[in-house]
Amino acid sequence: MPQLETFYEVMRRQGITRRSFLKYCSLTAAALGLGPTYAPQIAHAMETKQRTPVLWLHGLECTCCSESFIRSAHPLVKDVVLSMISLDYDDTLMASAGHQAEAILEETIQKYKGEYILAVEGNPPLNEDGMFCIVGGKPFLDQLKHAAKDAKAVIAWGSCASWGCVQAARPNPTQAVPIHKVITDKPIIKVPGCPPIAEVMTGVITYMLTFGKLPELDRQGRPKMFYGQRIHDKCYRRPHFDAGQFVEEWDDEGARKGYCLYKVGCKGPTTYNACSTVRWNEGVSFPIQAGHGCIGCSEDGFWDKGSFYERLSNIPQFGIEKNADEIGTAVAGAVGTAIAAHAAVSAVKRATAKGDQE
Amino acid sequence: MSDELKQRKQTAVYVYEAPLRLWHWVTVFSIVTLCVTGYFIGSPLPSQPGEAIDNYLMGYIRFAHFTAGYILAIGFIGRIYWAFVGNSHARELFLPPFFSRKWWKEIGHELRWYLFLEKTPRKYIGHNPLAQLAMFFFFVLGNTFMILTGFALYGEGLGAGSWADQWFGWIIPMMGQSQDVHTWHHLGMWYLITFVMIHVYVAIREDIMSRQSLISTMVGGWRMFKDDRPD
Ligand code: HEM
Ligand code: HEM
Ligand code: SF4
Ligand code: SF4
Repeated sequence: MPQLETFYEVMRRQGITRRSFLKYCSLTAAALGLGPTYAPQIAHAMETKQRTPVLWLHGLECTCCSESFIRSAHPLVKDVVLSMISLDYDDTLMASAGHQAEAILEETIQKYKGEYILAVEGNPPLNEDGMFCIVGGKPFLDQLKHAAKDAKAVIAWGSCASWGCVQAARPNPTQAVPIHKVITDKPIIKVPGCPPIAEVMTGVITYMLTFGKLPELDRQGRPKMFYGQRIHDKCYRRPHFDAGQFVEEWDDEGARKGYCLYKVGCKGPTTYNACSTVRWNEGVSFPIQAGHGCIGCSEDGFWDKGSFYERLSNIPQFGIEKNADEIGTAVAGAVGTAIAAHAAVSAVKRATAKGDQE
Repeated sequence: MSDELKQRKQTAVYVYEAPLRLWHWVTVFSIVTLCVTGYFIGSPLPSQPGEAIDNYLMGYIRFAHFTAGYILAIGFIGRIYWAFVGNSHARELFLPPFFSRKWWKEIGHELRWYLFLEKTPRKYIGHNPLAQLAMFFFFVLGNTFMILTGFALYGEGLGAGSWADQWFGWIIPMMGQSQDVHTWHHLGMWYLITFVMIHVYVAIREDIMSRQSLISTMVGGWRMFKDDRPD
């Protein structure tokens, strides 16, 4: 493998002072939940390790992940990580374009076989041999498979790459699938969200670049440090939930007092993400703080679960879309009526049959 | 009808042993608690007045749900153990004789009895075949489903890596995601409520109309037959 600069060298070349660099290291340690003692370790790794090349591909997507990423809270984080990445390939952020860009992609794959990290934003549509998403004149599906073949690890950015998201929602005409349906032989780190939080994205990538290994993942391949808890577990409105104080209508007293949004369909209790701790836009706020329930954007198939204002899923198998309580009360009502009728007939039968009893 | 009292001999058989009866009523208590508290977890009561710090209503409701959930689950494990060490009637719940033609024919007979097409029901020392079938599909499977999904949800609250997450957490991705587990767990409640409605109605009806005792059997263990005619 050819000699590469270290992370530190890259940063210095970008005009980042040593002081800022050390600040960045402690910030990263904190963001990763590692504690202050890890800051020197991160600094050391960054000073001595060769930077890892990153390829960033775009499939069927809306670029919201990139948009989120470049708005990372600490400007340094963005500059640093971005400079580490855009050096290689990211067709929306890199300077080059066209054939030149495709050539860089090819070059990186050849030069760093088995060494580079592949980050995928969006997903491949399979219908019509992948013709619904063309990159550089070829189906994205082919580019994805090609780039994944020699990657060390793969990052699935956002709900698109992780679960399928809106383009895979019913009826999914392009047959868009999450990337793990296409890449089956590489470790995949899912970073879901629509989009994922900027600090989560930079945190994951920094962890991988500094420690040279994957962060600890949960059953579904999400980094535990950011997706280990539900929104509900760390929500600042949780005391109102436990107390039984809810917003019943959008303009009621409860809404003004900042009560829990459970009854207006908050998906916080079923959504794994870091919004209630890291928050959005430099930690300013997050949906629940703004008074709207979580819509579960980082969960599998969140478009297809019915209204954003109902906590439970609709059950389309029952003809018209119904929720569990509607089905339940209908069945229980029918059974109750049947029981009453049956009891009445039984009573009549018994009364008329009294004579033949022993 | 003559006024003289007719002589009637009643036979009694000891059917349900004490642990089984105790389990039945403990299960009744926990399922009723689980349904009521579960319903209010899904559709909470109107907002409580005052400050959050002075209230803990959802907390108490959820605590009651989880406690009853533990009792139900531990009881069910005990019931499975009893199927091994108890008398033969203790096994009926778990092992309906699906491959017996006679059993299926008797289900037909029982169905006709409920459709008022048979004049008299048959006598059974244990469960009648239709009851056995319903108890297996509605109760054994339904209850198992509720315990599995319940503890999977419980594991989410205890947190990643907790015992409940390690044992039951795999259920969540298997069913899609957390929201799907909530939905099915909720629907499962209605499945069990349907069973309980029919079960209680039938228990009372048969206690009156069949040729044998029912409710007192589940209380005292003895099955009384009201007549001496065969079968
Ligand atoms: C939540 C409510 C209830 C549940 C889940 C339930 C469940 C069960 C189960 C699983 C059995 C089978 C016992 C075994 O084989 O081990 C059973 C039997 C029985 N239950 Fe219940 N039960 C409920 C409520 C009641 C109530 C309220 C009554 C009384 C009116 C009742 C009366 C009986 C009787 C009489 C039997 C014995 C039936 C027979 O001898 O064939 N149950 N029940
Ligand atoms: C007969 C058995 C049961 C019934 C009828 C029942 C019913 C329910 C219902 C209706 C809900 C509300 C679901 C929703 O709308 O989100 C619920 C939630 C829940 N149940 Fe059960 N349940 C049963 C057994 C269990 C068991 C054995 C456990 C295990 C401890 C359990 C744990 C839970 C948990 C953790 C929740 C979620 C609570 C929350 O979101 O705050 N359940 N249950
Ligand atoms: S607002 Fe949503 S996440 Fe917050 S406590 Fe209520 S239900 Fe949970
Ligand atoms: S609060 Fe919920 S819907 Fe909003 S961004 Fe976070 S996970 Fe997505």
